[in-house]
Amino acid sequence: MVPLSWYLVLSAVLFALGVAGFLFKRNIITIFMSIELMLNAVNLSFVAFAYHWRQIGGHIFVFFVIVVAAAEAAVGLAIIIAIFRSRRTLNVDDLETLKL
Amino acid sequence: MDLFLFLTFALIAVGCAMNLLAQRHPISSALSLIGVMVSLAVIYLLLGAEFIAAVQVIVYAGAIMVLFVFVIMLLNAGEEARTRRSLLVRLFGIPLFAVFLTLTGYAVYLAFADEPAVKFGAFVGTTEALGQSLFREYLLPFEVTSVLILVAILGAVVLARKEVR
Repeated sequence: MVPLSWYLVLSAVLFALGVAGFLFKRNIITIFMSIELMLNAVNLSFVAFAYHWRQIGGHIFVFFVIVVAAAEAAVGLAIIIAIFRSRRTLNVDDLETLKL
Repeated sequence: MDLFLFLTFALIAVGCAMNLLAQRHPISSALSLIGVMVSLAVIYLLLGAEFIAAVQVIVYAGAIMVLFVFVIMLLNAGEEARTRRSLLVRLFGIPLFAVFLTLTGYAVYLAFADEPAVKFGAFVGTTEALGQSLFREYLLPFEVTSVLILVAILGAVVLARKEVR
């Protein structure tokens, strides 16, 4: 018997770690992975509340979040490849102008 | 038993997430993110989300992370450059972040402390129930999602294409 709040605390901790990675990391791929970590933390909240209110809709939302994450990963990594081709760097401190 | 499983995999998830922050090489970060995803799949099973747990392993830890590792290897991404941070950040950064994590966790714990505990097997989101709901109530979002994926595929192909001169 695990209290519901423990699942939500785990979700909050993972989300905060994702935010920290987004803010502190310098490699653009690692920043992207931190976003995936935040999405995972939110999915855990959705599943926990789906259990709490006995609603299958929470699982459907997790399903859609995973689909959007897959689409986002495909487009985002393509953008990273395009940036690397023109700038030869993955460090976000060197990517300071919008013009290619 | 479920308390033991929850604590084990929650600790693995948090440890792997911290490792994601601590590692300097993107491949190590990607491997720790896979660790987070697999341990979250076990926690989904504890909450009765069997289909979501399977999708988490197959799509997230399988497909999406393979894409990440593929791009890291394609671009031959090396170690992260060390940046000079200010003295304030180096001294107080990690302790303040630990305080922030504790306060956030405690606030969430207080807000939901009185809710009934999770009993394994009390609510199971079976694949059948999920399919019934997905193809009846959520049919329109499901169809819109297929358009979204088509647009994403086209966008990825156009963006990553070599420019012809």
